[in-house]
Amino acid sequence: MKEVAHVIICESCDAVCERVPLREREIAHCPRCGIELDRHGGFQHALILPLTVASLIVFAIANLFPIVEIELRGLRSATTLAGAVIALAGDGRSLLALLVLATTLLLPLLHLLILLWLLVPLRWGRGRRALGFAPLVRAMQALRPWGMIDIFLIGVLVAIIKLSSMATVLPGPALWAFMALTVLLTMVIAFDPRRLWEMVDGVDDAAAGKQGEGEDHG
Amino acid sequence: MGLTTPLLANRAKARTMDSPVAPLFESDRLSGCRHCAAVWEGAIEGQACARCGTPMTARKTDSLNRTWAYLITACVLYLPANLLPVMVTRTLFGTQSDTILSGVIYFWISGAYGLAAIVFVASFLVPLFKLVALFMLVLLAQRRSNWRRSERARLYHLIELLGRWSMLDVFVVVLLVGLVRIQGFAEISAGVGIVAFGAVVVLTMLASLSFDPKLSWDGPADADEHEHDIMPGASGPPKET
Repeated sequence: MKEVAHVIICESCDAVCERVPLREREIAHCPRCGIELDRHGGFQHALILPLTVASLIVFAIANLFPIVEIELRGLRSATTLAGAVIALAGDGRSLLALLVLATTLLLPLLHLLILLWLLVPLRWGRGRRALGFAPLVRAMQALRPWGMIDIFLIGVLVAIIKLSSMATVLPGPALWAFMALTVLLTMVIAFDPRRLWEMVDGVDDAAAGKQGEGEDHG
Repeated sequence: MGLTTPLLANRAKARTMDSPVAPLFESDRLSGCRHCAAVWEGAIEGQACARCGTPMTARKTDSLNRTWAYLITACVLYLPANLLPVMVTRTLFGTQSDTILSGVIYFWISGAYGLAAIVFVASFLVPLFKLVALFMLVLLAQRRSNWRRSERARLYHLIELLGRWSMLDVFVVVLLVGLVRIQGFAEISAGVGIVAFGAVVVLTMLASLSFDPKLSWDGPADADEHEHDIMPGASGPPKET
């Protein structure tokens, strides 16, 4: 088995295409089916770690504070994301509660933590691969479609409008945090986990050039 | 004449290579790793990718069977998802049950046309569109049809992009349930319909994930497609050598 570095196989139609070096903002499309083949990595390599850390911080704020508060004839009621999930589970809809918990909290958090775990050794550990690199990159790719914080934000806005006719609705701190988190996470999720293999390969190639130095770390 | 290199179209700036280039490779046995996109020559079916260790298969395993299973289950659940109440509101004035569509109608009557449109598209049209489109894709792939293949590739891509958005209504209900629980005054609880609805969203997502778009290209080539311009991948035999 020999690696063929200069071709890309289209994920959508299996056409074999030549890999051309892309310039900034360029996207290559498959000539046969028109689906995206490859895109320029941009500044993602440099930005992804700061973005991950920022997302984690905003993530904490978004989940610790109430999202909205309603006031109805002097009576107040507020909820956090976890609070809403617990209320749902209390209603006997635990399966649905689990789905919501997973798509808005557990899976995005897992995605961010895996990224952090993989990126930190790449950055400060002389390009060392973190423990479990391959399975974790694969897990991250599987997680990508299931994080739904952006949709959740739209859901919050729809709920607020729905309630505004019957009660006074006060946006909580977590609402702003969710807005920021949506922007941040969109950028984080746009980072293709496959780039991690390129990042590791780049380091490996550089290390192969100066083999002597790497010996004492083995 | 040798095989020509496929042209790479760039959205940002058209950059095409118009001169025929020498064949890229002599062998037709190329396998691409689904996970890390590395391309290998001479790999056998099921062999692990040397870069990331994922077993490489030409097509997703049991793709059509799995897609059918998810799709049929989703179709069955689509009915209760739209007919049963998703939300039950108890106030001092009585109890009110809402289905997905009655929520849309409520928005429309109260003048929030934009919101009514968003919820209608995300909760009603998108799931229906996904079910119909996936049915068509699976059926055509199964018959190895070569009808409008590039449009089908784009359709599949669209389904993948749209799929998650149907969860909107689930989140709205969950928030209302969490928020509106003022004892004796107003209380909202989740209906059975929303559970079925959430299941439909998850099942259609699983169906689109288990469908392999490459299956659409396994049939005979179109007459008007310049098949010899593009090299078939791991599956096809070489056209000329």
